[in-house]
Amino acid sequence: MEIERHEYDVVVIGAGGAGLRAAIEARQQGKRTAIVCKSLFGKAHTVMAEGGAAAAMGNVNSADNWMVHFRDTMRGGKFLNNWRMAELHAKEAPDRVWELEAWGALFDRTKDGKISQRNFGGHEYPRLAHVGDRTGLELIRTLQQRVVALQQEDERLHGDPEAYIKVFQECTITRLLKDGDAIAGAFGYWRENGKLIVFDTPAVVLATGGIGKSYVVTSNSWEYTGDGHALALLAGAKLINMEFIQFHPTGMVWPPSVRGILVTESVRGDGGVLRNSEGKRFMFDYIPDVFKDKYATTEEEGDRWYTDQANNRRPPELLPRDEVARAINSEVKAGRGSPQGGVFLDVSSRLPAAEIIKRLPSMHHQFKELADVDITAEPMQVGPTCHYIMGGVEVDADTGAADVPGLFAAGEVSGGMHGSNRLGGNSLSDLLVFGRRAGAGAAAYVNGLAARPQATEEAVSAAKAEALAPLERTGENPYQVHQELQRTMNELVGIIRNAQEVTEALEAVGKLRERAQGVGAAGSRIYNPGWHLCLDLRNMLLVSECVAKAALIREESRGGHTRDDFPGMSADWRRKLLVCAASPDGSGVSVEEKVQPPMRDDLITLFDRAELKKYITEEELADFDALVKE
Amino acid sequence: MSYKAKFRVWRGEGGEGKLEDFTVEVNEGEVVLDIIHRLQATQTPDLAVRWNCKAGKCGSCSMEINGKPRLGCMTRMSTFSEDETITVTPMRTFPVIKDLVTDVSFNYQKAREIPSFTPPADVQPGEYRMQQIDVERSQEFRKCIECFMCNNVCHVIRDHEENKPNFAGPRFLMRIAELDMHPYDVADRKDSAQEEHGLGYCNITKCCTEVCPEHIKITDNALIPMKERVVDRKYDPLVWLGNKIFKRSTSKS
Repeated sequence: MEIERHEYDVVVIGAGGAGLRAAIEARQQGKRTAIVCKSLFGKAHTVMAEGGAAAAMGNVNSADNWMVHFRDTMRGGKFLNNWRMAELHAKEAPDRVWELEAWGALFDRTKDGKISQRNFGGHEYPRLAHVGDRTGLELIRTLQQRVVALQQEDERLHGDPEAYIKVFQECTITRLLKDGDAIAGAFGYWRENGKLIVFDTPAVVLATGGIGKSYVVTSNSWEYTGDGHALALLAGAKLINMEFIQFHPTGMVWPPSVRGILVTESVRGDGGVLRNSEGKRFMFDYIPDVFKDKYATTEEEGDRWYTDQANNRRPPELLPRDEVARAINSEVKAGRGSPQGGVFLDVSSRLPAAEIIKRLPSMHHQFKELADVDITAEPMQVGPTCHYIMGGVEVDADTGAADVPGLFAAGEVSGGMHGSNRLGGNSLSDLLVFGRRAGAGAAAYVNGLAARPQATEEAVSAAKAEALAPLERTGENPYQVHQELQRTMNELVGIIRNAQEVTEALEAVGKLRERAQGVGAAGSRIYNPGWHLCLDLRNMLLVSECVAKAALIREESRGGHTRDDFPGMSADWRRKLLVCAASPDGSGVSVEEKVQPPMRDDLITLFDRAELKKYITEEELADFDALVKE
Repeated sequence: MSYKAKFRVWRGEGGEGKLEDFTVEVNEGEVVLDIIHRLQATQTPDLAVRWNCKAGKCGSCSMEINGKPRLGCMTRMSTFSEDETITVTPMRTFPVIKDLVTDVSFNYQKAREIPSFTPPADVQPGEYRMQQIDVERSQEFRKCIECFMCNNVCHVIRDHEENKPNFAGPRFLMRIAELDMHPYDVADRKDSAQEEHGLGYCNITKCCTEVCPEHIKITDNALIPMKERVVDRKYDPLVWLGNKIFKRSTSKS
């Protein structure tokens, strides 16, 4: 069968916020750009984002600025973040949000007509630009409509709307193709008809999101099978921070079919409180030492904060997500959980019904329709859910370039920006800031090329054989293997980990990999989900192995990695990043330690000595003292 | 709490197909999409269905359940009796690719025919000032998750293929209204709504509003006001006089 072939300057894989922003940038810089996505255009997981996009515009509290946002981001990530990324993110987020408004986005407003900003966990000031609790939808629709606007412009100028930017929807990439060391293309198939497709391109931007479908309880959609993480590994790039997975504290726990679906943090930002089965606001018992002076110690003070932030400290329900998730986990384990195994999240006793419906319309709708619960009248039941992976492709902060020439990554699939734990609201702004940078990075890379790399025919045939293999086998049902992988990761490499369980998980994943070699798909190549899952399994297994291996090596607890056999945070480990690599056939993931480069002088001096002391080594502290003295 | 339900699911590809009967387990709290997934995992691994978020936010799993356009992820099994046979078919207005998956490219084509947001040339990003009350009208329409069930149910095109070229459907007529009501949009959209996108075909039967999973009042808040704006323009004696005197057609400006 003939393989369909296309030539582009830049191919963006993924059409969520990061992918669309990258593609828009590449097209605006004159590059012929393809967007390849597994779902329909406009359906990507970004639509699920609820709370908002964090950007220090200072519209609600004028004391906010990029330095405060930078500090909050580093604190949230427990100082493991790539500080250059955190700096660029904090500085550029406002421009990226304003740009969306010029493309037609309609954010909620302040009284003086500016973009309104809401409070969120870990952010010192109200910072999240939002539209009710459906900000992700607004973001993706705006970017989608910007792509359409560019296509309309191209139609006027060139007579063809797809001359410079084209969406290949319901198309899955299974391999990146190389010429020597450099990227030369991408291989994939159309989901709709099973036909194969090759893109000849010198630059690929990965924007495929996360890995949540390796877990049973997750807020992520089916697309989150770690495709970009695996494609990068197989192409020779490195992944960092893979042990850090964010379990969002508040996922739905009932009914079973919606277990894991997100309950936005805005519920707490707008006044919602967490209670255990005894009716106690238990978060006051879980304020960690590093945050002791920043959070209210009494309910009265916490409640006053909503109206008077200058004179009160914030309630502990708004601690960073890792802290809240662990606290809920402990309460449930101690037998103080709700009937269906979560805790109570109550906004009904805190705000008038009309106000709840106005501020949290999609939460009201979601609980009403899916759980038959009226959140204006009764509390919700919530528990931790696998939400986000901080780890991902190791990239250059300024350009999004991976260490394979021609390969770029942005958004959740990239690693470093969020350190060991991401603050809510920093994801949507991350997509915009680094999506644009990766698109620009790819365009600049293409400009600098003397000749276009060419994919070899052998690589194309190998990719073809790999993609079609499951159709030629009558092996085990892939759903079985997938379910076992999800259970393994959930139970053994979940929110609380230890060496014994992670070792067990690695053995189990190894066995599942052998079984995955034999899974088969019945039926034709036309829209065949069984076949698609067979191919996705390779990616999920590879990524799961990275997560488990890194989790076993990091002997400390930090952010989205909690070891009950190493409960403390270690200043020595803060300086170390774990870097995963794999061989081209995906066998054998190796993990190496790498030293985190020290923070630039002007950035580290944004922090107080007393705070740094909680995170960094004596040696680093001595350097800091010398620096401040100068 | 679990029971065996009777399902009839449309299966087929390449223009042919038929309803197939299944008996499948249902547990407490499940929705129709869960049952379709159970069929995939246990009986028919190649059963095609679009889905994504499973929380009513992405608009992928549009289908017809007992003849009514619904999102599979938002249709709870508890709304049916245990002995009822549940019939699941693809959206009727769009060509079937396979099983429950339809070719919805009509909608993407129409999206591209609506001129984009057009702000004044002299407003820079960051300078936009709008009051909440002025953005709320368009915000309601921007809740749209593009499930395309309004276009699917609309009788103008549901059984009238011949109207498709001249009719954008409720989804995209609402998009025109959204832009027309945007405080900063300066494009003139009234004449083109009527003449190019087929607003006049709509005779406000409100079928679109009834099926909207986001409960957007498409007819009352978007289509009727848009019709009124068009009519105001058409019968405004000053506009009429201006057009006569200056021989200017606003639709081409």
